[in-house]
Amino acid sequence: MVDITPADGIPPAEVAEVELYHPHGWWTKYVFSQDAKVIAVQYSATATAIGLVALVLSWLMRLQLGFPGTFDFITPEAYYQFITMHGMIMVIYLLTALFLGGFGNYLIPLMVGARDMVFPYVNMLSYWIYLLAVLVLVSSFFAPGGPTGAGWTLYPPQAIMSGTPGGQDWGIILMLSSLILFIIGFTMGGLNYVVTVLQGRTRGMTMMRLPLTVWGIFTATVMALLAFPALFVASVMMLLDRVLGTSFFMPAISEMGEQLQHNGGSPILFQHLFWFFGHPEVYIVALPAFGIVSDLISTHARKNIFGYRMMVWAIVGIGALSFVVWAHHMYVSGMHPYFGFFFATTTLIIAIPTAIKVYNWVLTLWRGDIHLTIPMLFALAFIVTFVNGGLTGLFLGNVVVDVPLSDTMFVVAHFHMVMGVAPILVVFGAIYHWYPKVTGRMLDETLGRFHFWVTFLGAYLIFFPMHYLGLMGVPRRYAELTDMTIMTESAHHLNSFISIMAFIVGFAQMVFLFNLIWSIRHGREAGGNPWRATTLEWQTPQTPPAHGNFGKDLPIVYRWAYDYSVPGAKEDFIPQNMPGSFGPSREPA
Amino acid sequence: MAVALVLVLIVVGSVLFHLLSPWWWTPIASNWAYIDNTIIITFWITGVVFAAVVLFMAYCVFRFRHREGNRAAYEPENKRLESWLTIVTAVGVTALLVPGLFVWSRFVNVPSDATEVEVVGQQWQWSFRLPGRDGKLGTSDTRDVTADNPLGVIPKDPNGQDDVVVEAADLHLPVGKPVKMLLRSIDVLHDFYVPEFRAKMDMIPGSVTYFWFTPTRTGTFQVLCAELCGQGHPMMHGVVMVDTQQDYMAWLGQQQTFAQLSAPKQTGSADETTGQTAALGPEIAARLETVGSR
Repeated sequence: MVDITPADGIPPAEVAEVELYHPHGWWTKYVFSQDAKVIAVQYSATATAIGLVALVLSWLMRLQLGFPGTFDFITPEAYYQFITMHGMIMVIYLLTALFLGGFGNYLIPLMVGARDMVFPYVNMLSYWIYLLAVLVLVSSFFAPGGPTGAGWTLYPPQAIMSGTPGGQDWGIILMLSSLILFIIGFTMGGLNYVVTVLQGRTRGMTMMRLPLTVWGIFTATVMALLAFPALFVASVMMLLDRVLGTSFFMPAISEMGEQLQHNGGSPILFQHLFWFFGHPEVYIVALPAFGIVSDLISTHARKNIFGYRMMVWAIVGIGALSFVVWAHHMYVSGMHPYFGFFFATTTLIIAIPTAIKVYNWVLTLWRGDIHLTIPMLFALAFIVTFVNGGLTGLFLGNVVVDVPLSDTMFVVAHFHMVMGVAPILVVFGAIYHWYPKVTGRMLDETLGRFHFWVTFLGAYLIFFPMHYLGLMGVPRRYAELTDMTIMTESAHHLNSFISIMAFIVGFAQMVFLFNLIWSIRHGREAGGNPWRATTLEWQTPQTPPAHGNFGKDLPIVYRWAYDYSVPGAKEDFIPQNMPGSFGPSREPA
Repeated sequence: MAVALVLVLIVVGSVLFHLLSPWWWTPIASNWAYIDNTIIITFWITGVVFAAVVLFMAYCVFRFRHREGNRAAYEPENKRLESWLTIVTAVGVTALLVPGLFVWSRFVNVPSDATEVEVVGQQWQWSFRLPGRDGKLGTSDTRDVTADNPLGVIPKDPNGQDDVVVEAADLHLPVGKPVKMLLRSIDVLHDFYVPEFRAKMDMIPGSVTYFWFTPTRTGTFQVLCAELCGQGHPMMHGVVMVDTQQDYMAWLGQQQTFAQLSAPKQTGSADETTGQTAALGPEIAARLETVGSR
């Protein structure tokens, strides 16, 4: 509660600044750049491009589900290839890459007050290996036999057998190779993000003054560094099973009357390894979204985030707990049933810190000064969809309730709502929020509102009713829903409705892409700090920030990131680098 | 204003959809009404939380929307409020977890009088095996699978000789008798799922998994495979018929044993084989009856 004067509490610089690598020409400035901001744009553009492929794939599978038998080219093989590639692209190559590689690269150095990531060269390599992973993934569309159709979970034995598309062709080999490359590339980037947050903060930027965006990305990166190795070894082992005929995951198998040359492996071991990665992965996507949305709400409600310390501990707590819940994906896998007691308990416990975050978001709105800007609209939509999807998690996490619902459309609806729609709404909100910093211009408001309403309401209309198909018992991953005695005629009509909504929501994304490109040249000039925000990225001398981010001197941080509407202060925001005499800092001690 | 209204409409619309839409679970045909009840409890608790959070948001958006001259309050923390919310949430979570774990313990503890029935999945069909007059299923091994021994029953195991083998055909179960479904696969993962029974479990090559249930009404039910098993996955349907005791016995009387199926084909005509089965069937059925009532 005391004023912090420049002399107080600001430690002296410990190490001298390191000279940045300066680009010498167009290639090193825009292509092989070591500037985290350029790398961020490269990551984002690549992720968006591959994400468009995933969007088209989702249309194709909805064509089949909504209008079965109408489209001859969607064979069961093709359908399984579509769902597999859609899932893998969305989870790994789009969301993980965009949140960590895109937002992480752009925001971490700017928000912590660093000139760049601590290892710029490794950071550049990280992107190029990611690009290679994407290209290997895309190449499987053109390989003999096409991409793998094993489902995004790639469960053996079927993933490497001839009954599955790509199982005995190139599809699965290219998929596993691409994952291995992705993890190598990610590890390079991830080490950078962690070390930059720990070691690259400017003077005065204590850990408990970091914006929650940084806390979310930082925690997610630590988790990813711990979780991805499990997927890495699983991928390597499955590749060995497929290529060299080892039996890590392959027991004795009689396939179509023929004995395979495998024996003694454990299919369920793969599932444990996969979900030891896969569950933290959910939070690797969710935590950056949690962090970002906290900052969007705070900034656009002109009010400090409610319960900052609780928010930080909730992020860290969720991150830690998410490593002991993985087998809730395996309640009906045939693992020992007593595991169910343990994993149901841990899974429902994780609901508590998650609920605290939701309370704190809505309590931030309470007595705020809510500006219904487009980022704020997306943040509100995130809360609705996240609460909805999080609550259905209480069905699936509660082991016995999961038994009838597992492997049905209820699961599809749940995870799309909670880790598809909700984080992507945050991505959109974040793009509308930070686009002015990246380009210097605002995105078009009218197109933005159109994009928001169609995306939010459309996505809700897609996934909310879908839960009830699952409750009815309609299984997921069915290329054909014909001859199903449990499905009424009206359930098929509901599927057609969902498909039509999917096309409409997809179309709205084209409007968004147009806005992204059009506004680079034609958007309204933004100025340096259009949202009147407190965090350091809005205080840069140039917009877009130059290489090195800040001017001659790095900013010095005097206060937390949430000094909005401080009583007695003239403006309704006080930037983090504003010395205390301009108004009291009330950050929680 | 419009935003607050839309948020209210989302809550109202979702609740009305839940109450009025025609899409709901199938009429139950097993003892697992406990699971349905747990789902109902979960719908209530989560529904109340969803409505409360979104309506609160709608109120905030309406009441605290930006107007000229407004200024937000400054309140970084409120320890009391945060503690209370944490406690209330923990109570709610416990109210979900306790009944859930209670029902789970019933689900995983098989009653001692349950009859064993083996389900074998393969790409892309269902087969079944019932214990013969000895009341025991013979051991099995995927490496013993041949055209004449599609389920891989170990030929040397005497317990397996009298097992009733139902290859790629319908399974019949007697109503009102608990059954333990022993689940096995000879190729990839499958999952034996009958929506009306509410239960399901994966089948893993190299392992035997299980679940149990008691069919509570007669009828014909569709079996669905619920674990992706290759391109034939959506066509992997089967049929379970829950019969009265008499109908079940009649069906059982027509089935063949493992020994009969693996006997050299040239020893008799098809008619003779059928005759033998018909003679054997009632004995097996009687034996199953005594096993069932143990």
